[in-house]
Amino acid sequence: MTDPFGVPPETRLPGSADDSAQGADPLGVLGTDAPDLSGPLTPSGHLRRRQLISRFAGAVQTASALLAVAVLGIVIYSVGSRGASVLSFGFLTKDPPAFVGLPGGGIAPEIVGTAVIIAIATAIAMPAGILTALYLTEFAGPWSARALRLALDLLNGLPTIVVGLFVFGLLVVGHHQTGFAGSFALAIIMLPLVARASQEVLLLVPSGMREAADALGVSRWRTVLGVVLPSARGGILTATVLALARAAGETAPLIYTTSIFSATVQTNPLAHEGLANIPVYIFTASEEASRYGFARAWGAAFILLMFILLVSLGSRAINSRATLSR
Amino acid sequence: MSVGTRVAGGRPANTRSASRPSDRLGDGLLRGVCMLAALLAVLAIAAISYQLIHGASPSIARFGLGFLSHSTWQPNFGVFGAGTFIYGTAVTSLIAMLLSVPLGISIALYLSMMAPRRVRSVVGPLVELLAAIPSVILGFWGILVLGPFLQAHLEPFLHSTLGFLPIFGPTPTTGSGLFIAGLILTIMVVPIIASISRDLFLSVPRDLQDGATALGATPWEVLRGVVLPSSASGIAAAAFLGLGRALGEAIAVTQVIGAGNFIHASLFQTGDTLASRIADQFQGAATKLTISSLFYLGLILLVIGLLANLAAQLITRRFDVSRVSAR
Repeated sequence: MTDPFGVPPETRLPGSADDSAQGADPLGVLGTDAPDLSGPLTPSGHLRRRQLISRFAGAVQTASALLAVAVLGIVIYSVGSRGASVLSFGFLTKDPPAFVGLPGGGIAPEIVGTAVIIAIATAIAMPAGILTALYLTEFAGPWSARALRLALDLLNGLPTIVVGLFVFGLLVVGHHQTGFAGSFALAIIMLPLVARASQEVLLLVPSGMREAADALGVSRWRTVLGVVLPSARGGILTATVLALARAAGETAPLIYTTSIFSATVQTNPLAHEGLANIPVYIFTASEEASRYGFARAWGAAFILLMFILLVSLGSRAINSRATLSR
Repeated sequence: MSVGTRVAGGRPANTRSASRPSDRLGDGLLRGVCMLAALLAVLAIAAISYQLIHGASPSIARFGLGFLSHSTWQPNFGVFGAGTFIYGTAVTSLIAMLLSVPLGISIALYLSMMAPRRVRSVVGPLVELLAAIPSVILGFWGILVLGPFLQAHLEPFLHSTLGFLPIFGPTPTTGSGLFIAGLILTIMVVPIIASISRDLFLSVPRDLQDGATALGATPWEVLRGVVLPSSASGIAAAAFLGLGRALGEAIAVTQVIGAGNFIHASLFQTGDTLASRIADQFQGAATKLTISSLFYLGLILLVIGLLANLAAQLITRRFDVSRVSAR
């Protein structure tokens, strides 16, 4: 920044009140009194202050980015160092002890339950989300598309505890907590994620492909199902997997729908009690201050975090390669 | 969208095949199924609103709008008020926004303007990964790692240097409170603001920046004079999205805020937000009136959450339009 020409000296004009004019004219070309050109050209006065401010702002920006990465690193390190020591084969396959305060045991029911809940939520949200995206890109007029996108964005921004409360009022009050109620709540959270991301992918399908199908006399529904959808398959799958990773860590929709569960492996989502799941397990363990409960919660957090990070990173990598090859 | 309408407009091209009954049936069927699926999202919002109003109606009938300002929450005496929680929500969200807006913007500036391409392609995804950490894990980390650290170092420091302000009172023994809740929310909101702002900054025309540089502006002056003003409305939208997230976060806040029932001046004291009060009552909601009052809290949360998101959407819409027409 300073001195690209190696030209001389103290560029400050004697008695110059306006330093900025000085800064804008470092070579003194415009000046009537030619400055002494025998030393190195360095900014002084106002220009120097402006450059210092600029450099300071740059340092602040770099520091902010470093801070964010550091927080991520500290969180992952905390979970990793405390969780990895708990991990063992037994931790993955055993039931938790009858009381939180007891040592040992594992989180097998939580792992199985989370898998069941997420699978059902995906089975609901994926088709609904993809069909919504198809409606947005293939059928909707401009007005209805705008209204629908607004609805999806609002649904996406809803506090997740509100969704949990809604499903609690709809399916649990007067009945029982069930794994299905939890799945239903998670499906509501996944729907806008799948729909919006799939819509982005469908918009990337070249319109020439649709026109070519039209030119061949192919009907709309065959074009959509046979041409548009298959060429967007990879992106839609990525969108679904990312939504799944997000839903896997959601706790707020589950505490009112599937938080009361037995400590043995269950797979029936319609049984008259909730299905065990990892997020609620961590939540309840964190509320009850017990050393062994905390240890198991760190282990559960480790498994959950690794799953989510690997899935997010993996699908992102696959997605970027697919985009590159296109 | 233009793709969809164009193809729809091109219908006459395949009238011949569409006139076949099976194809007409298929077209109608697919269109109908897609429309039904699309209606689900609208239906969900309507059903959620109805369910919350319905669930809250006993409490609304009992306490009316006084619920909003009344700050007593005593399930045993059947007295409920949201005042403490509205205060807690406002304070924690304010802390989160005060910290995360400048932080998010400077991270976005670094990622879009300063960082070398290689650093950018690593740090960018890392910042977004921060948003992928489940709130329950962040809250758990907050209790056991961040809380003790704040209690031992930051809070006594703030009290001794800025203690003349009542908000930095003496550190209580619990380690949980409004301040740490605000910090945890900051961690959750920063990636949202950073990733949206980064995309905004990257879309600022290069020519404008080069022009400013050619006029002698320093890098910071280019940012302040060109980049930030031309993306101001987008940043506001990002901030509202982040605010919506901060207002509605239940789990992580519940874990670190300490479920206090009173309004304290000091940020280091316990409190509760609307969302966290709903979350921490999940096992203790015994009476009908308690449950109804929780629904009332949820209704307040729904309204302010919708408002924050609506504000973001409206700003974005206007911003998009002005962008397009300026081109």
